[in-house]
Amino acid sequence: MTRTSRYVPVLYILFLMLPIYWLVNMSFKTTNEILGEFTLFPREFTLENYVTIFTDPTWYMGYVNSITYVAINTVISVLVALPAAYAFSRYRFLGDKHLFFWLLTNRMAPPAVFALPFFQLYSAVGLFDTPLAVALAHTLFNIPLAVWILEGFMSGVPKELDETAYVDGHSFWSFFLKIFVPTIAAGIGVAAFFCFMFSWVELLLAKTLTSVDAKPIAATMTRTASTSGYELGLLAAAGTLTIIPGAFVIYFVRNYIAKGFALGRV
Amino acid sequence: MNKTHDNRAWLFVLPVVALVAFNAIIPLMTVVNYSVQETFGDNVFFWAGVMWFEQVLQSERFQDALLRQLTFTFTILLIEVPLGVAIALTMPKKGPWVPVCLVLMALPLLIPWNVVGAMWNIFALPDIGLLGRSLNALGFDYNFTRQPGDAWFTLILMDVWHWTSLVVLLAYAGLVSIPDAYYQAAKIDGAKPFAVFRYIQLPKMKRVLTIAVLLRFMDSFMIYTELSVLTGGGPGNSTTLLSIDLVKIALGQFDLGPAAAMSLIYFLIILLLSWVFYTLMMRNEQQ
Repeated sequence: MTRTSRYVPVLYILFLMLPIYWLVNMSFKTTNEILGEFTLFPREFTLENYVTIFTDPTWYMGYVNSITYVAINTVISVLVALPAAYAFSRYRFLGDKHLFFWLLTNRMAPPAVFALPFFQLYSAVGLFDTPLAVALAHTLFNIPLAVWILEGFMSGVPKELDETAYVDGHSFWSFFLKIFVPTIAAGIGVAAFFCFMFSWVELLLAKTLTSVDAKPIAATMTRTASTSGYELGLLAAAGTLTIIPGAFVIYFVRNYIAKGFALGRV
Repeated sequence: MNKTHDNRAWLFVLPVVALVAFNAIIPLMTVVNYSVQETFGDNVFFWAGVMWFEQVLQSERFQDALLRQLTFTFTILLIEVPLGVAIALTMPKKGPWVPVCLVLMALPLLIPWNVVGAMWNIFALPDIGLLGRSLNALGFDYNFTRQPGDAWFTLILMDVWHWTSLVVLLAYAGLVSIPDAYYQAAKIDGAKPFAVFRYIQLPKMKRVLTIAVLLRFMDSFMIYTELSVLTGGGPGNSTTLLSIDLVKIALGQFDLGPAAAMSLIYFLIILLLSWVFYTLMMRNEQQ
């Protein structure tokens, strides 16, 4: 490796950090300073924006709602994807390939296409404005992804493992839960990470399916930007806080991240 | 792997099929239903046949949005894929800096999309944003809310910022799976760096790069939230890509018929192109 090429990742990370720095920087400024002068550091350092968010329930409930539906979605997606991925990795059955592609097509469906029908569907079944509605709607793209990732990891486990377990007298479920699931624990972690990620960042459906009680934090931000004028400091503080859960989750899966992004298919 | 043929495996797949079908088939049929009907309000609908499809396909508005969409998709693929590979190649293979790099690079992927849009908006504003202010100080006449060219520049820069890391992480995963012995063999043969890249690294990355291109392709067609916060499709219609146009028609004007027809055409375009990618990818895997 040449000397100059070593700086490429450094420069790239610097480029990634600049807009984030600007957001964090702005979150510690007063509105006057943001609009009045151009400063690289907050001149009058203020925590007021954060205080507002943590004391006003319309703000902090946004975080609670977001985390609730993301958690429900991750659990549902991974639980139903586990047996399905096992079936795809171990068995051939009628229509398996078509079914797999059909699942993947749902990963390709633009949320903009489904926004209006989803609103009608979830209103009709009485789930509108609940975290469960958003969690179920997000399974549309998270289940296919979880099946895809888990299938990749499971295909990496030799079939001899299954056969040995049956010879040893394990029943299917005892083998699946006690031996197989621990073997692919890394894959489950990666799948859960991806479900968390896509549910956390998606907003169009989350916004369409909620109005007051289950409004996600990101939607609360849009409202503030449009109704109460230009409270940029508050917006920046809320934005900064949405980065934290993501950073926290990446830290836990940092060792699996590279393999996980390859969906177990390297 | 030798797979056993057993149709009872359907039982394992059933929960997934039930959930996804509930979420996919019912809404899709709703869209199909609207796309062939005309309404004059009061929930009274009339059969309209393929009228809306003809109208959408012939409208200049749709063609322009599609053209902008394709321009956007191919521009970002041309930038993000080579850039991502280049960064992955220059990253350290082991050592204490690897997890730090990976965590920092993955960070943009986990920021909610409207926050990405809002962040770039305030970063690029010509009066109070770091980027806008710096560009103007350097003598460029930069204003992304007024000039279409600047809006496109900002949009593409934002997408590169947001998604290049996905390509980096995938390519990196492919690279670290190459055993050291391959490199040693190449060294003994006196291979030049480019030959190492062409005959060792690139073939090993082929599979993951196909995934990267497929994911970036699909997702770039779906870009909505970041774009709507950043420019809202403006100035004028200059950055109105397919999804923005669709939401304007469906939720803005409530023209259900044309919106539904457009949704289906939009979905079918993605489906068709993705099917081509998917078939190629599976053929590669079987080899």
